[in-house]
Amino acid sequence: MSDSAVEPEDVRHVASLARVDLDDEEVDRFVEQFADILDYFETLDEVPEVDSETDLANVMRDDEVRDSLDQDEALRNAPESEEGFFKGPKVS
Amino acid sequence: MSHNAYITDERIAGGDDGPLADRTVAVKDNISTEGVRTTCGSAMLDEYVPPYDATVVDRLKSAGATITGKTNMDEFGMGTTTETSAFGPTENPAAPGHVPGGSSGGSAAAVASGDADLALGTDTGGSVRCPAAFCGVVGIKPTYGLVSRYGLIAYANSLEQIGPIAPSVEEAAELLEVIAGPDEHDATTRDAAEEGADTDYAAAADGDVEGMQIGIPTELVEGADEDVVETFWDAIDDLEAQGASSHEVDLPSVEHAVEAYYVIAMSEASSNLARFDGVRYGPSPDYEGNWNEEFAGVREAGFGEEVKRRVLLGTYALSAGYHDKYYKKAQDARAWVKQDFDEALAEADVLASPTMPVPPMEMGESLSDPLTMYLADANTTPVNLANLPAISVPAGETDDGLPVGMQFVGPAFGETEIIRAGSALA
Repeated sequence: MSDSAVEPEDVRHVASLARVDLDDEEVDRFVEQFADILDYFETLDEVPEVDSETDLANVMRDDEVRDSLDQDEALRNAPESEEGFFKGPKVS
Repeated sequence: MSHNAYITDERIAGGDDGPLADRTVAVKDNISTEGVRTTCGSAMLDEYVPPYDATVVDRLKSAGATITGKTNMDEFGMGTTTETSAFGPTENPAAPGHVPGGSSGGSAAAVASGDADLALGTDTGGSVRCPAAFCGVVGIKPTYGLVSRYGLIAYANSLEQIGPIAPSVEEAAELLEVIAGPDEHDATTRDAAEEGADTDYAAAADGDVEGMQIGIPTELVEGADEDVVETFWDAIDDLEAQGASSHEVDLPSVEHAVEAYYVIAMSEASSNLARFDGVRYGPSPDYEGNWNEEFAGVREAGFGEEVKRRVLLGTYALSAGYHDKYYKKAQDARAWVKQDFDEALAEADVLASPTMPVPPMEMGESLSDPLTMYLADANTTPVNLANLPAISVPAGETDDGLPVGMQFVGPAFGETEIIRAGSALA
């Protein structure tokens, strides 16, 4: 999916991986735009390998019970819930 | 409200006293406010009401500030013009008919129009500095880790910081003092004082640039619009007249900053935005198909085109067979950019460039061509890749009267240096 060789099925495949439906017009626009954008990303090939010094430190805390959102608050924005659970579509 | 600066125009009262007791602050709509709708400029979160306050909102309230409302933004912060918002574009109060910049365009417009004294934006690749530059106000992107991101709805965690927007450098610095500091809810925050940094930000706005060394990365000046370059050099002359000196520096890595930024930001976005599934929040699915079908349908309806573009490209960059080619190379470029900036800042107190290589675009002009829009972020994205602080201050205007911003970049936790430099101009 580079060097301007982006096909509609490439866009549809990635869209299915990302769980985003697209209409045909969006697919057509993305085919054209992705070719340009990915060509541009190709220039990363010129970047040398760089050793980066890690500047990371673990941040720890005691594993103790703390206040958190209560169940009602956590569910308040869900389109549907049932008996204290989020309700979603069937999984298969 | 005539500039469409707000998505939700609802005042939130703060405490009775504190350093911001008589001030109003507009808050970008990707920062959680308890009980007040927070949309991220997206139809996906049209009805989302956070059950808690972001740490920065908590600190604003404790400082006595009154929040004026939630400001318009590019959807999930993805844009440079505030035109990708599901709630319509914001107009630039300083340049009618032009975009206010993005993605924090509503926040900058609220300050530029005088509707709010101050504002909070968020900056992932320039989203505080760009609208500050386009609207003729001041914006600060803090060092990564200076300000808590707890309650900020994530777009690209490793790059973004919440930052202040204000009419003057001193007022932006005052707001930074209120929001900065470690937070147990965000493990990436650091204590700047423990890093040996001066955290007296407002006091640093003394305009004293006598003896200051300013490095000028030629790569970030040469490609800019002629009018912008002219305004930039006039501002450098002004600083030299005040006792600063300047020298040119080379940052070869920045030629790859925009593509590295977009690969990293899109990759992080593709993961972060996976949570918008229509189950915990979002438009209600009709439960006719299975999980994957409903999920994909909700996201088709809830996301705008720029968000879909970035989620798809990020998914692609992380997918099997392409991870090393795009994501890993982008991380190499990020380390290279960081090295280049560290070296340049060893020989200079601050680095200066135009904030944006172009003046504000006309509304509607850039929407159809995403790559051109991405390239406008050439001068701002390297700073996020390097985790450094930067400020944008008004430098003057083009011949057509359009605002031009000057960017100063400082060393990690060197906020006082960029505030001092900026205060000599605004």
